[in-house]
Order: sequence, then structure tokens, then C-alpha cells
Amino acid sequence: MELGFTTAAYVVAAVLFILSLGGLSGQESAKRAVWYGIVGMGLAVLATLIGPGAGLWWLSAVLIAAGGLIGYQLASKVEMTQMPELVAGMHALVGLAAVFVGFNAHFELVNVMAMDDAAKKTLDGFAALLAKKSGVEINILRVEASLGIWIGAVTFTGSVIAYGKLAGKVTSAATKLPGGHALNASAALASVICLIWYLNSGELLPLLILTLMALFIGYHLIMGIGGADMPVVVSMLNSYSGWAAAAIGFSLGNDLLIVVGALVGSSGAILSYIMCKAMNRSFVSVILGGFGGTSGPQMEVEGEQVAIEADGVAAALEEADSVIIIPGYGMAVAQAQQAVSELTKRLIAKGKTVRFAIHPVAGRLPGHMNVLLAEAKVPYDIVLEMDEINEDFPETDVSIVIGSNDIVNPAAQDDPNSPIAGMPVLECWKSKQVFVSKRGQGTGYSGIENPLFFKENTRMFYGDAKASLDKLLGMID
Amino acid sequence: MKIGTPKEVSAGEARVAMTPDSALQLQKLGYECVVESGAGVAAGFADALYREAGVEVVKTAAALWKAADIITKVRPPNATEAKRLTDEKLLISFFYPAQNTEQMELLAGKGASVIAMDMVPRISRAQKMDALSSMANIAGYRAVIEAGNNFGRFFTGQITAAGKVPPAKVLVVGAGVAGLAAIGTATSLGAITYAFDVRPEVAEQIESMGAEFVYLDFEEAQQDGAATGGYAAPSSPEFREKQLAKFRELAPDVDIVITTALIPGRDAPKLWLADMVAAMKPGSVVVDLAAERGGNCDLTVPDEKIVSENGVTVVGYSDFPSRMAAQSSTLYATNIRHMMTDLTPEKDGQVNHNMEDDVIRGATVAHEGAVTFPPPPPKVQAIAAKPKETVPEKTPEERRAEEAAAFQQQTKNQVTLLAVGGALMLLVGAYAPASFMQHFIVFVLSVFVGFQVIWNVSHSLHTPLMAVTNAISSIIILGAVLQIGSGSFLVILLAAISVFFAGINIFGGFLVTRRMLAMFQKS
Repeated sequence: MELGFTTAAYVVAAVLFILSLGGLSGQESAKRAVWYGIVGMGLAVLATLIGPGAGLWWLSAVLIAAGGLIGYQLASKVEMTQMPELVAGMHALVGLAAVFVGFNAHFELVNVMAMDDAAKKTLDGFAALLAKKSGVEINILRVEASLGIWIGAVTFTGSVIAYGKLAGKVTSAATKLPGGHALNASAALASVICLIWYLNSGELLPLLILTLMALFIGYHLIMGIGGADMPVVVSMLNSYSGWAAAAIGFSLGNDLLIVVGALVGSSGAILSYIMCKAMNRSFVSVILGGFGGTSGPQMEVEGEQVAIEADGVAAALEEADSVIIIPGYGMAVAQAQQAVSELTKRLIAKGKTVRFAIHPVAGRLPGHMNVLLAEAKVPYDIVLEMDEINEDFPETDVSIVIGSNDIVNPAAQDDPNSPIAGMPVLECWKSKQVFVSKRGQGTGYSGIENPLFFKENTRMFYGDAKASLDKLLGMID
Repeated sequence: MKIGTPKEVSAGEARVAMTPDSALQLQKLGYECVVESGAGVAAGFADALYREAGVEVVKTAAALWKAADIITKVRPPNATEAKRLTDEKLLISFFYPAQNTEQMELLAGKGASVIAMDMVPRISRAQKMDALSSMANIAGYRAVIEAGNNFGRFFTGQITAAGKVPPAKVLVVGAGVAGLAAIGTATSLGAITYAFDVRPEVAEQIESMGAEFVYLDFEEAQQDGAATGGYAAPSSPEFREKQLAKFRELAPDVDIVITTALIPGRDAPKLWLADMVAAMKPGSVVVDLAAERGGNCDLTVPDEKIVSENGVTVVGYSDFPSRMAAQSSTLYATNIRHMMTDLTPEKDGQVNHNMEDDVIRGATVAHEGAVTFPPPPPKVQAIAAKPKETVPEKTPEERRAEEAAAFQQQTKNQVTLLAVGGALMLLVGAYAPASFMQHFIVFVLSVFVGFQVIWNVSHSLHTPLMAVTNAISSIIILGAVLQIGSGSFLVILLAAISVFFAGINIFGGFLVTRRMLAMFQKS
């Protein structure tokens, strides 16, 4: 096949990818948008396989098929609550692939430079491209390849740690090695030195050290970020994997890689930005991990937590006209979304207004709650964003908080010394009555005491969210 | 302990304080229930229904008062009943302690406890026992029905083959619970409803029920209604004049007037004067819900329906809840049941008369031989929203100026960004070789497109967005596919692994996205 054909296929694929992302502006068009993405990807891979420069295409085909089979298995088995882990884990794969491809670019470069002119003439594909490069271009290529490797390596270890934290295999608390950010900074500095060394020598050793440094940064950076900030981290890693692809695209001279990498990179960056804004935190402070220093002691919380049993909640729901449910990560952990959905159905059947209030950072992934509720067949037009529903709390009879904590913490508004001061929260305490379904008396992910639990109109409904809701369902028919 | 409910002795009182349903709930609290034979008949609950619910039915009132430890009833006890209320017994009923001091002292002297359902404090937690509100709700509804009964026309406007019918115009004075219930009923029957209240903060509630709030153009520092426990306070003479003038203006237009204005501890204010009635069209109806306290209308005769000289019917019944005895008994019995729930925290059938509890303390007027009225102010104040601070409306000019300024700022930002970006591009272009620049242009444009596109993605689709971008980022497979044809074994191996990983990612990513999106559905 001619190069022209491949390029044409790339252009079509790029347009399809853009449409695919743009189509996510609405639920209905999103379903079509995914098909655009699938067709774009299929076209791009096919055009590359049969296009110039691709040898051993049968091996590629076999490997893609094998990988596809595993990917299919993974994706069809995964529980919707494990989505964050899966996405984080898959970022790691992209990162690792970028590292390998970057190294390959280096090996090829060494091979080609060792050849004489006659041998260079016989080359084809990627090697031929390399053979034609001038001295400056080769240096640029080296920078691009090392950049791709570096970002890819950071993405790889970062995603692995993020996966571990989300899956509960690594402690979700923010932990740092002694030295903290200085360690990261020196690793970054060492990477720059390695890059210069590599540019001058063209050897493998500096590239390897650079990779190790990047792997360390990825590990240490994400270890230092608390579990509550994971939504931002996941979308940030998403962005990184895009930039890695773009850098590799430069070194291979492949425009489609550049286009798609840039699309993914910028989309991840914007997503991270939107989420940081929702938490009223600066992007830098999230990335650097931990909460910013607070000045002065936090407010003392007065009062006591009053517990309630399922029959009390059921009675209150019987009498309520309007109910707002605020789901959080606890709902996901307890797999309680089906029970929540059933409760919603029954309440609606009784003529009550039931709505959901979703905080932008509820859960461990942007839009996490929406996906879980959608899985449980909660209609999306009663699922509202924080800004849409916050004003309605004073007219609401009952708010039910299911497994969320920091996003309903009044301290964010009342206590200037609170670590989450200024973060927009769902003002559920303004409703006539609040029930909090919670496993025990512990604090939330961020370890901050929540004055909501001590309020006059709050009742604590202790127990595993699913078990509690099932008990409640038995009393509402 | 035994909870007993006697037959109401006041003439015309059809309500009963215990229904078979509430008896079942009371038994769950550990109490035994007993009623006087025939107690619920007027409200539609026969003795057999009580027996079915496990309630003991006794023949006479004397036997009941003797058997029960706790007496629940509707009306305040009369002299005979008060005599029967002996030491250690607990009476729960409407009591009106302020007007009933003598009897209160008598009962307290005997060592009986009395909980007055009309004294339940108006705090959020106590709403479930607020019997005044549940009765007022019924009164408001019934007032409209009563008005309709006496009004010779439709409520709703109709255009029929037999001619055009104008909609009835209803004015509700006083938007308490009864007023709001009346508004709701009148609007749902199709009438055009106006409502007036001295508390400006209820305008929102009135409008939420579908009526139009009658505004008075009057400058006065209004007392916050929440400070008086949500009730209206007397208004100044100037205000009153203004108010009456407004009513005079409305009188010829409205067909039905429902007055519900009451001020706690005082006679009802006269708001619908004789001249207003005279100004109304013949056939119009005035329903005075304040009749028991003297009435809001000059012409009201308590407990009677009269017709004025110009043919306006003035209804002064004071027993609206009793006229819907089945409904009001159900609600009242539920209020009582909630009170018992609070009195029985252990659910063991034993009353724990906790005088530390705001609600119980507030409602108790006699306890352990002492009069406990009036209660201290509750620790928790009535929770009413503070009036919102009104943001001064901006004039159109100001708004336009602001918009222009914002637009200018935006333009400035954009131009600066473009200039800086452009300069950087030029700088790169000056040094980098042309082959690099080609790719670089593509890169910058793609970033730009990405930024433009992603802002429109809806919030709820952020997870699918991540899954899609994750799947798409496996485009890295192209690089690996291009390299796999190399001669070096190491390169082939690394490229093969990359292809394999990316393959997992492509299929996994897209499939997961499709699964997620398939779940989103509209109701």
C-alpha cells in the first residue's frame, strides 16, 4: 500500500477520534461517539498494518487478537465499582508500551548509525526514516524519545500505585519517603542530567538511568497523594499517557500518534483542572500531595452522634414528600447501588419526589457515582449536580447520605481552619432531617471530623450501606 | 400501661383520639389499648374494628377512666371528666391552658399529669405531633369545600356550548397552615386565588401553592415571623388601615373570601368589615375560620351560617375538623401516637416523662402536682429561613456595562495568550528544522482541538470520557507495529510486548466504555 493511502486513513481516523470525544457532550450522542472511536482505532491499526513500513504483520495481528481477548475478558468481567482500578491499571499498560517503543527507537537509531551508506539504502520503514536524518534532527529525535520514555515510565509506576490504592492493596493514606518533594526534585534533576549525557554520548546507560529515575518519580509522586484526591490523579495519569504517546509520535514521525496523544493529553489536563476547581484546591497542591498547611486549630465539634434504627428511617421516609440521596464512595464499596435504586423506585411509586445530589468529586473517579447509579438503572434525569440541587435542600424533608463524608462536611463553610475550608459541599444539613448511613464512627478519607454527624437534625444509621438499605427496604413496600 | 380513649362528650364533636390503626402502633410500643364503646362511631370506626385491632372495648365512660392509666382525647375535659382524672394518670388532649387556668390548677393539685396537644412547640422535630397544624390543614380544605357548597357557580372557568363561565376568584386572608391548605384546595379546583398575610416571608409559600400574593405598598420594619414561633404578631394601626383599604379595593371582585387570621392569645382581628361584605356581589361566600375566637368578619355568627342583606353567605362554623371526622381522627391519632413514641423511648409500655426534652416539656402543663405552664422557651428555636438579603437589582445599563467589561477582559486575555503562544512558536520555528516543525504544527493544533472539545463534555460522562481517552491512548500501538518489522531481536521482542499490551487496552477500554454508556437511560 502507498504512503498516501495510509495518510488518508490517518486523517479519517483523527477526525473520528475528535468526533468521538466531542460526542460525549450528551448521554445519547455518547453511545454513537464510542462507535466513532472504535472505527477510528480499527482504521488506524489496519492502515498501519497493511501500509508501508510494517513488517511481521502476522505477528502483530496475532498479538492484537490475543491482547484483545484478554482485554475483552477483563472488561466484561469487571464490576462497575472496580472501574477506577481498571482504568488506572490500563493506563499502566499504555505507559509501559510507550517506554518500550521509546527504547526501540533508540536501538534502531544505534543500528542505523552503525551502518554504512550502502546498507542504509536498502532499509525501509522506520529505519529508512532514521537513515535520512541530519545531525540536528537526530538530536531532536533523541530528546523526543527520552521524553516519551520518561513520561511513559512516570505513567507506568504512577498508574500501578494508583491501581493499588484504589484496589485497597496499597495504603490510601498519603505517605512520603523522608526528603519528600526534595527527593522528587533531585530525581527530576538527575533525569535532565541523564538526558544531556545521552544527547552527547548516544549510549544506552544514561537512558536506563533516566528510566529508573522516572519510575521512581511516578511511584513517589502518587504514593504522596491521599485517597480522596484519586479522581484527580487518575485523570492526570490519563493525561500523561496521552503526552507520552504524543512524544513517541514525534520520534517516530507519525502524525496520528501526535494528534491522538495531544487530544488525550489535553482532555486529561482539563478534566483534572475541572476537578481541582470543584474541590477548591489548586492543581499544584493536589499534585504535590497532602493538604495544604492549616493555620490554627480546627473548631471543636460539640454534641453527640445520635444513632437511629431502620424503622425510624422508614417512618421518616413514609412521611417525607421530598427526598434527596447523596451517594458517596461508601455506596460503591458496599455495592449498595442496586438497593438504592430499589429504594428510589419504591419511594417514587409512593408519589414522593426523589432526587440524587452528586458532588463533582464523589467517589474515586470523575463521574463515578453517575456510572454506578446508571448501572443500577436510576434514570439520569433525577441525578443532579451539586450546583443544580444545593438550593433545594431547605425545602427537602429528608436527605440520605450514603457513604459520603467530606463532600457533606459543613466545616468547609463554617470553619476557616478546616483543611477543606472553602471546598464547595452539598448543604444537606439544611434539609429538615438528615440520615447518614455509615459503617462506624470513624472519620472520612481525609481524616477530618464532620460536624454534620453531630447536628440536631442528623441521625446516624450505622452499618454496612447495603445491609442497612436492605433492612430498610423490608420496611417500605 | 393502658391507654384509653373515651367517647367525646362535647356536643357535635365527632372526632376520636384513637383509631384502630393508631392502636396497632401503640401496641407496638408495649401499651394495651382500651376505648369506650361507640367512641369512634361518629368518625366511622365501629367497635368491631377496634376489637379486630386488639383493643378492649368497655361499656361506660366511668369504666374507661378507671381502667386506663393514660387518657387520650380530643377536646379539653369537662368537669365530670376532670373529676375522673385521678392521681398518677396522664391526660393527653387539646387543653388551651391559657384560657383554662382553673381546671389546670385543679388537675395539677390532684397529682395528674396533663399534656396539651395545642402546646407542642413549633420546632422541626415536633412537627409529627403538631396537632394544631394537622387540624388547621383539614380546616383549610374544608373551608373551601364549604364555600363551594354555598357558592352557586363553578370554581373553574369554562367555555361551553351553553356559554362562558368565568373562574371564581378566591381571597385567602392569613397564610398559616389552614390558609395554605385553603389556597391549595382552591387552586386545584380551578379558582383564581389571591392570598394575603402580614408576614412578608410567607409570600414564597403562597406562590408555591399557586396563589398570587397580595402585596401591600407599606414601609415598615417587619418583625421576623420566626421570632414569634412562626405566628403572626399584631400590626400597627397605619399598617392595618392600608390593609383594609386593599381589601376594600378587592371586595367587589372576589367571589369567595376565606379568613384564617389569628394572633396567639388574642381575639381574632376584624379584617373583613361590614362595608366590604356589602360591596361583594350577591351569591358570594365568606368563610370565617376564626369564628371560634370572634371571627375576622364583622357579620360572623359563631357556629352558624347567615346570609347578609345583599345575599352574601357568611359561614361561621367552628367545627370544620369535626365535619371531616374520619380524616381528622386519623391525623390526630397519629399525632398522639408520635407523642407516645417520644414518651416511650424504650418501647416497653412505660411512660418516661422526660422533662428535659424540649417537646415534652413544652407540651406538659401539669406534672407531679405542679402547674408547669407556661413552659420556658425551647432550647431550640423555631427553624425558619431568615429572609434573604435582597441583592439590589442591577439596572440594564449597569449589566450591559459589566458584560462589555467582561467581554473586553476576555478579549484581552485571549489576545495576550495568542501573542505569547505565537511568539513561542516563532521562537521554536527559528531554530528547529522544518521536518520537526511540520509535526509540531499538528501537535499544537491537536492540543487546541482537544481543549475546545472537552469543555463541552457533560459532568456525568466524565468516567466514560476517561475510559474512551484511555482506549484511544493505546494508539501507541501504531509505533510498536511500525517497529516490529525490525531486524533486531530485542526490538521485535519489546515491540511485540507493546503491541500485546496496547491490544488489551484497545478492546478493554472500548468495551468498558460501551458497557458504561449502555447503562445511562432516561426515565
